Amino acid sequence: MEKRVVFRSAWLPYALVAPQIAITIVFFFWPATQAVWYSFQLQDAFGLRSQFVGLQNFAALFKDSNYVDSFKVTALFSVLVAFFGIAISLLLATMADRVLRGAMAYKTLLIWPYAVAPAVAGVLWAFLFAPSIGIVTYVLKGWGVDWNWILKGDQAMVLVVVASVWKQISYNFLFFLAGLQSIPRSLIEAAAIDGATPFRRFWTIVFPLLSPTTFFLLVVNIVYAFFDTFGVIDATTQGGPGQSTNILVYKVYHDGVKAADLGGSSAQSVILMFIVILLTVVQFRFVERKVQY
Amino acid sequence: MVENRPWLTFFSHAVLILGVLMVAFPLYVTFIASTLTLEQVMQVPMQLTPGDQLVQNYTQVLTGGSTKGSKAAASSMLVNSLVMALAIPLGKIAISIIASFAIVYFRFPLRMFFFWMIFVTLMLPVEVRIIPTFKVIADLGMLNTYAGLTIPLIASATATFLFRQFFMTVPDELAEAARVDGAGPMRFFWDVLMPLSKTTMAALFVIQFIYGWNQYLWPLLITTDESMYTTVIGIKRMIVGSDAANEWNLIMATAILAMLPPALVVMLMQKWFVKGLVETEK
Repeated sequence: MEKRVVFRSAWLPYALVAPQIAITIVFFFWPATQAVWYSFQLQDAFGLRSQFVGLQNFAALFKDSNYVDSFKVTALFSVLVAFFGIAISLLLATMADRVLRGAMAYKTLLIWPYAVAPAVAGVLWAFLFAPSIGIVTYVLKGWGVDWNWILKGDQAMVLVVVASVWKQISYNFLFFLAGLQSIPRSLIEAAAIDGATPFRRFWTIVFPLLSPTTFFLLVVNIVYAFFDTFGVIDATTQGGPGQSTNILVYKVYHDGVKAADLGGSSAQSVILMFIVILLTVVQFRFVERKVQY
Repeated sequence: MVENRPWLTFFSHAVLILGVLMVAFPLYVTFIASTLTLEQVMQVPMQLTPGDQLVQNYTQVLTGGSTKGSKAAASSMLVNSLVMALAIPLGKIAISIIASFAIVYFRFPLRMFFFWMIFVTLMLPVEVRIIPTFKVIADLGMLNTYAGLTIPLIASATATFLFRQFFMTVPDELAEAARVDGAGPMRFFWDVLMPLSKTTMAALFVIQFIYGWNQYLWPLLITTDESMYTTVIGIKRMIVGSDAANEWNLIMATAILAMLPPALVVMLMQKWFVKGLVETEK
């Protein structure tokens, strides 16, 4: 796709792209190059000298059981966030697509959490689940559950998953609703005339036709769980207890900013960069052309 | 609806109401906590009806912050958040609309190279280049400044794509007619393209307003001065212990203040919001 009619000027186009390109170079390319450079360096304890060590930082990372654990934690976390986020919002969107009365009101009341910052979502749920004063904790104690996410790793994971899913439902809901509304009514009516129950119609017609939207949301939710949930983790568990909620992004931040391990943190950055590139390629190659709104 | 099934309709409403309640529950508890005294919040179980401390708690956070954690006043934090939430979308729209104008309406050497350069930034989120970016900001003397908070975040591949995509749908006849009438490129840009792009700009603005308001990692890295805290950072800094040590009533009042502006934008500008969301992700 190219424009047939174009303007001519020797300098104007360069002046127009200059601000965007300048910011891109100074704040994106230069730091990213530095991250790659540092990842091959080893600094002494005072940060005064550094020496080229090749792939040693990477080798050290994969020997470090904490890092391997962080990979597993991230995988578990993103699968849980993506699964529950998608399942709950698909249910809500299917119902919202069915009802005639109040559909607009439901939509408005379901989409506002999109506006909540991940860190604030974390604080809200941390308060509800607070070990001594939380309201949900109180209810759980009544049911005989000993709730203390500050000490128990699996409960900390539940907390961050709940907060992250709660924030993401609105986003998934909107995309599912748009997807559902683009399914031709005639298909569903034909199936109804043939006597298919609503339940059966959903699984044999609606769900397969929604699969491009579902796949798109799967990728988006995984990206969300990998990167955007930093605020949820930092405002609640800070990776703890132990390593139980220490996702990759949080570990990069912690090792680099708090523990000042420049080489190790940069090597982790480079690995994360590869993961982002992979996810972006997947998104553009396999998703873009098939998704319909 | 295909056929009338009263029970299924009833079930649908029940599920939706449950969903709305589940989504609203944390907000409700937050609001209640922000109207209570600290002693009332600490009682187990906390009461679920509003108390009478609303005015007092909100005045306290707006003027003085918490007493145990950060003492930054919420009023100044709200101003900082607002600066981010306005400067980022406006800056983003400005630089991406001119960049995509150049890429679509001119032929020049390195055109595709610039396009790909912008594209690649999609793959370099702040999270993967934390420390080197911090160093760049420190070297430029931009720590604790509005410039440091906003400028690095205004480069955006998605906005450039969105405008490029929109410009491609603008009929060639418009540019042709402008040229026949003797209009230069900038005249065409101001008088034809800008008015046509209004809805795209509005949609982008709503999405980026929320993006700017909710920034977390970036201000966390480059603001150390309490007067530069944004609201979201301020809430985090008010949490000193993990549980009973915090002044939850004040934290929750600040949380309400942090959620209110973007939530209002989403609900009141729903049309632009949905358009922006669906289009920026395409």
